[in-house]
Parts: sequence; C-alpha cells; structure tokens
Amino acid sequence: MKTDSNLEKVLASGEFAVTAELGPPRGADPEDIHKKAKLLGDCADAINITDNQTAIVRMSSIAAGILLKQRGLDPVIQIVTRDRNRIAIQSDVLGAAAHGINNVLCLSGDHQKFGDHPTSKNVFDIDSIQLIQMLKKMRDEKKFMSGADIDVAPRLFIGAAENPFADPFEFRVIRLSKKISAGTDFIQTQAVFDVEKFEEWMKLVRKKELHKKTHILAGVIPIKSAKMAKYMKENVAGLRIPDEIVSRMEKAKDVKEEGIKICTETIERVRKIEGVQGIHIMAVAWESIVPKIVERVGLLPRPPIRKEDSNANESKNPNG
Amino acid sequence: MIVAEQKPIAEIISIAFKHKSILVVGCGTCVTVCFAGGEKEGKTLSSLLRMKAQMEQKLLEIEELTVERQCDHEFIEKIVPLAGKVEAILSLACGAGAQLIAEKFPDKIVYPGLNTTFLGITEKQGIWKERCLGCGTCLLDKTGGICPIARCAKNLLNGPCGGSQEGKCEVNPETDCAWQLIYERLKKLGQSECLEEIIPVKDWSTSRDGGPRKVIRDDLTL
Repeated sequence: MKTDSNLEKVLASGEFAVTAELGPPRGADPEDIHKKAKLLGDCADAINITDNQTAIVRMSSIAAGILLKQRGLDPVIQIVTRDRNRIAIQSDVLGAAAHGINNVLCLSGDHQKFGDHPTSKNVFDIDSIQLIQMLKKMRDEKKFMSGADIDVAPRLFIGAAENPFADPFEFRVIRLSKKISAGTDFIQTQAVFDVEKFEEWMKLVRKKELHKKTHILAGVIPIKSAKMAKYMKENVAGLRIPDEIVSRMEKAKDVKEEGIKICTETIERVRKIEGVQGIHIMAVAWESIVPKIVERVGLLPRPPIRKEDSNANESKNPNG
Repeated sequence: MIVAEQKPIAEIISIAFKHKSILVVGCGTCVTVCFAGGEKEGKTLSSLLRMKAQMEQKLLEIEELTVERQCDHEFIEKIVPLAGKVEAILSLACGAGAQLIAEKFPDKIVYPGLNTTFLGITEKQGIWKERCLGCGTCLLDKTGGICPIARCAKNLLNGPCGGSQEGKCEVNPETDCAWQLIYERLKKLGQSECLEEIIPVKDWSTSRDGGPRKVIRDDLTL
C-alpha cells in the first residue's frame, strides 16, 4: 500500500469500489460541504471534490477536502492544470498531504471559455499526463519536478480521468496507456450512458491488459429530468448520450424514478464488464439520490473506513 | 506572417481627433499581405479621416506614407521628414513596428492603428489562421508538423482532452482539434509510435515566460 487512502485499500482488496462527486459551494459556507458529506459519507469509499469545475469559481478543492478529512472521510482532490503552474501545484499537493489527503485526480480542466470568467488567462504549464508524472516523482523519488529533494515526500494515490466517448476513439486507449506509464494508480471515466461503446473501449483496454495495471472506475451520472438529458446531450462536450436515453426520460411518467433506473441499470451492466473495478457517481446537484442508487445496486453497506490515527497531526510524518 | 486587424474606426477617429496633425504610416510587409495596414489601407484610412474631419469641421492635417518594413531601422529613416511636421503618428504596423517607430521618435506620440493578432497563414482569400506561438523550442517533428501549442486551446502536449468531438475542438466547433489532426497525420505517415511517447514538460523559459527575448548572431553582428 502506497498510502492510508481508503480508496486504495478498497481497490486493493478487490472489492467493487464506489466513489461519488461533491461540488463545493460558490461561497465560504462550510455547512454546504458538511451537508453533502452527510449524504455521501456512508455510501462512498471516497469522495471526489471538483476543482473549479467547468471553470466556475468555487471553494478550493483542497480546503473542501480538509473539511471532509475532519469528518473522517476520504477525499479525492481534483487538480486541474488550467489554473496553476507546476510551482503552485507542487506546493498545494504538499499542503494537502500535510492534512492527510492522499488521493489526487489529475486533470487538464475545462476551458475557461465555459466558466464565469471567460476573459481570464489560462495556465496549462503542464498537461494532465505530465501532472501524473510529477506527482509520482514527488512520491516515489522524493523529488520535485526540478530534481530538488523533498524532505518529507507526500504519500499519494494518483488518479486520472479518461473519456472513452471522445475522439479519436483509438487514441483514447493509447492515452490511457500513457497515463498508466506516467504512473496513475486509478482511473475514473467520463460518465457512461452508451454502455455498448464503453464495452468496446474496455475490450481494447483488456487487449492491451491495461486493466491489470490500473484500477478502472466507470463514471455514471443520474439524470433528473428529460430537459437535463437533452441539455447534456447537446451542450456538454465529451458526453455521449444515446437518443434512447432521452426518449425514455421524455416518455416516463415518473422522470426522477426513470433517471434512477437508467443509472442503476448502467451500474449493473458496467459491473459485469471484466476490468471494471468500481463506479464513480457524479450526481451533479443531486447528491441526495446517491444513497438510494448505491443501495439499489446492492453495494451497501460500504466497507468501514479505516480509523484515523488520532495523533496523526503530531506524528513525524504528517501525511502518514 | 504576422496577422493583424485594423482597430475599430471609431477608436481611430477618436485618436486622430485629439491632434491637429497626424502621420499615418503603413507597413509594406506582413500587414500588407493580410490587408490590414499596407499602402492601400493607409490611403483609405487617411481619406476617411479627412472626410470625417471635414464633416465635423475639425482642423486635421493628415500626412501619409508607407514604408517597406516598420520593424527595421533602415526603412523607418524615410519617415523622418514627414514626422517632423506632425503632432502624432498612427502606425499601421504590427506591435513590433509601432514600437520601433515610438523608439525612433521619442518626442512624438505614437498610436497603434492595428490590433496584432497572431503568427499565421492565409488559408484562403480573406481567411487567416494561427499556426505558431513562437515558443522558442519547436517540436513539430514530434507532432506530425501540427503544433499543439498554437492550435490546441489548452496547449496539451500528450493527446486530446475529453472535449474532442468528431474532429472538432470543444472551445469552438469551427476549429479542428489539433490532436485529431496530429493523430491522423502520424497514422498516415506510419509514425503512430510517436503517439505513445510521453512528451516531457516543456521548458517555457524559451517562450515569453523567460522575459523578452533577444537573438544575437555573432556571425552577423558588426
């Protein structure tokens, strides 16, 4: 085990993992985090905290992660390379690790054009693959990207994303393999709606035996309304939503129930695919539905989260 | 070439009307080719300013001249006689040319008449596209002759982001995804193995991030 991450422990045990996404508030109220943490805490092994998702300013993912940590939960800090250069990211990772945060998800990030500050300057000093390499070097070689030594290295469980539905399709598997050779320990995919396409991608993944070199968690999004399905189909870059899903939502009498059904069916189907080791539920602005979904697919209760060492803050290795 | 666009006419008029006399200087190189600041544009703009001044009964003397290159000391020498007659100079060159004019005439107010946009190519009549950011360390050999720094909105070096859809960029559906182009070209050239190689972090010190750059060629300096 590289870290004390609960997610790492669950994945290493071979148990089918569940992670869930938490979007921090557009304000300084910690209660928002606590409320969502209460909903997600018992039904997820780790909770992803988005990093200014869709380039809209929100509470810092690391700060929100510390709040989760204080509740005894296991956060996955998302880090995008859009807003920070290599200096700021390394510094933030040391800070997160000092607070006992182990899981980091490496992303390039949505372009600022889609956010609330479309006239801002982006950074992109490094890309997501180079970010993975940098974190691995910090952890394994105890060195910064520059080659300088780190006295106490951060203990990191490194994650990355991949989108099996974006183009060019064959490049997606090559890119996954690049992320694995860069050092990613786990992968969370873009939300699966088109299970056949996902199966096709997983086939290519298995052909290259990539599923044996990393842990793959399939992403899912519960849809709340037909309008949301249509909106995501037409406006969210990188999502692939088959017409059938939209029409099921449009025809449904109880739309929310239909949304839950689509989500649980997807989970049940991806669970059977060889090489899929977990699910990542992104219930954007519908966190309250996550416990029901996890329960319906028979993934409750979750394995208990390892108890924190109460003296952790005073020990020699603060992130240990 | 350097591609530029003329500033909105209202902005140029408000600049010109601050003075009693102004010299409009066109540039005969890149901005002539992209129809932004050459002799023809200089003449048209000067006539327009004259007409506008007449209509509003403003006293405005306009001189005009186009030099071969405003980014070269040798050529801007020609401006000296006319520059002496005016209060201000409106440069229709790129930002580099406008700055050399300002340097050459320390006691004149120099205005830019163009917005310098990018280093690019003429795709077809009336359409120009960006191709180079001048990063100082060219890596086109690794990417099939297509630059992901200039042509990917996130300057990603190791493949397309999750927003690449049907060959187009998520930021603008009219823009090709640079990595889709790179992928196709490398495959066609039998160089697909390049796609598997992780391109290391870039040394941005050769780019603008290292501060203003300077090239010195010892074999050429006098």
